[in-house]
Amino acid sequence: MTDGITAGASVAPLNPRVVLPAGGRNRTAARVQAAVLRWLVRLAALATAAVLVLLIGYILVKGVPNLKTGLFAWEYTSDNVSLVPALINTVLMTALSLVIATPLGVFAAIWLVEYAPRGSKLVRVVRITTETLQGIPSIVFGLFGMLFFVTGLGWRLSLLSGGCTLAIMVLPLIMRTTEEALMAVPDSYREGSFGLGAGKLRTVFSIVLPSAMPGILSGVILATGRIVGETAALLYTAGSVAAIPAGADALFDSTRTLAVHMYILSSEGLHVNEAYGTAVVLLVLVLCINALSSALAKKLTKA
Amino acid sequence: MNHPSNLKESVMRLLFTACACVSILAVALICLFLFANGLPAIGKIGPLQFLLGQSWKPGNDIYGILPMILGSCYVTAGALVVGVPIGLLTAIYMSRFASPAVNRVLQPAVELLAGIPSVVYGFFGMMLLAPAVQEFLKTDFAKVVLRIKDGKGQSLFTASLLLGIMILPTIITVSKTSLDAVPDSYYEGSLALGATHERSVFSTILPAAKSGVLSAIILGVGRAVGETMAVVMVAGNHPRMPKGLFQGLRTMTANIVIEMGYATDLHREALIATGVVLFVFILLINLSFSAVKGAGSHD
Repeated sequence: MTDGITAGASVAPLNPRVVLPAGGRNRTAARVQAAVLRWLVRLAALATAAVLVLLIGYILVKGVPNLKTGLFAWEYTSDNVSLVPALINTVLMTALSLVIATPLGVFAAIWLVEYAPRGSKLVRVVRITTETLQGIPSIVFGLFGMLFFVTGLGWRLSLLSGGCTLAIMVLPLIMRTTEEALMAVPDSYREGSFGLGAGKLRTVFSIVLPSAMPGILSGVILATGRIVGETAALLYTAGSVAAIPAGADALFDSTRTLAVHMYILSSEGLHVNEAYGTAVVLLVLVLCINALSSALAKKLTKA
Repeated sequence: MNHPSNLKESVMRLLFTACACVSILAVALICLFLFANGLPAIGKIGPLQFLLGQSWKPGNDIYGILPMILGSCYVTAGALVVGVPIGLLTAIYMSRFASPAVNRVLQPAVELLAGIPSVVYGFFGMMLLAPAVQEFLKTDFAKVVLRIKDGKGQSLFTASLLLGIMILPTIITVSKTSLDAVPDSYYEGSLALGATHERSVFSTILPAAKSGVLSAIILGVGRAVGETMAVVMVAGNHPRMPKGLFQGLRTMTANIVIEMGYATDLHREALIATGVVLFVFILLINLSFSAVKGAGSHD
């Protein structure tokens, strides 16, 4: 009975007694019931769409008029609450996290798909821990980062502590998307490469990885979206200094990313208009990143 | 076969394996550091006083997190009440009712909802939802008909509403995947018996997809329990026992975020211990998720 069902999804057996014929005297009742159910699902879908429109519309309408030049000044002062340093810090933080997480995640996925022996214990443990990692809330990552990187390794509240914490946070995401992308590469590609005399490593790097590239990129960009929007994991690992790190030990400077900046502005409550403006920038940034990711993913499924 | 290439192959193979083990290492380190730093505090305070204590007064060295545990449970339950019906019905609509043209709009809309950062949700809740609830509570309808006295905008109700919205994408995506996987023959069989389209969907396809729907709900619970920033911004955060639907409360996540900035000594350890309790909650939720998924794949 499981024909045509994708792996992982399961289907319970059909109970014929629940499906009653709706003919004869019951016809009107059946028609009313159908109409009610039809409108119920339509209303729910409408509610979902309405919430999205309300949220984005509200932020845009309130925020766009507040996008003033002071918000984009190069230096942050408590007067202009400029978001530029936070924006640059966000780019630095994202780059650092991805530099750490991407090779780890991609290599781990390569091992899972191309090398791991079938049914090995290690594979199961890796999968269980990856799933566990995926379910851990960001505040717990933040606590761990604070205990391990900030105080344990003595890296202080810094770009590096925050970047490493976020790298662990997005690792399962990159692993999973890469794994899916690698599995989508047809075996005939690999066989062709082996047939031409290429070794395993060469096959992986010059045949499999390039074919899976759009999927991997889509995952990495999705991870970027997560990093840019993250707050709870950064408050106690990267701190909240609103300046661009510079100098010899820039990695150990405390930084405030755009999402943290947004949180601090709105919790202080002193610069409400600027908070609206910042929300617009953050929202548009994250939505653009996600759109890019899903565009790449679509390209992959069409190809 | 020449030796250098063989060596390269095995070195890289080892490297790949090592990278795969990073996630094991990460989970081990997280457990180690959280438990090592949190459990001693629970020991010092006393497990019962810590877990069942009804008051949290760091100034007097009284650390009971029952209000926060209940706060997390209530907020999560509220989020499910809001999010599950809307999410599930939306998933049913997208899977079996909507035309492809409508889905071309709805699908990206759900993805957009999933991508919005929690701090933006929180800001939206703080600036629009909480004041709106506050205004509603001032109306005669709320005062006379619903008999709500001195309710607050920053409350369990607002937090549930906001979290309910935030778990929508999770519920919709996971439920829709499992609804899509039900074979058409189920639906056709029901139609052949004379049932309407709607009835066929609700009484054959929905029950067939129940394990997927359950997974969706469990994932939603995980998201709601762990959500931090959005809850902090709308829940009021009073560290006392939750008093009602329209009263403020504090969740475990909020407790950590709000006080970690200035906490020292036992207070700091008690906050880490709060994180440990939260972590155990999440592990249990993950476990039940795997159990549901495991049980489902045996069919």
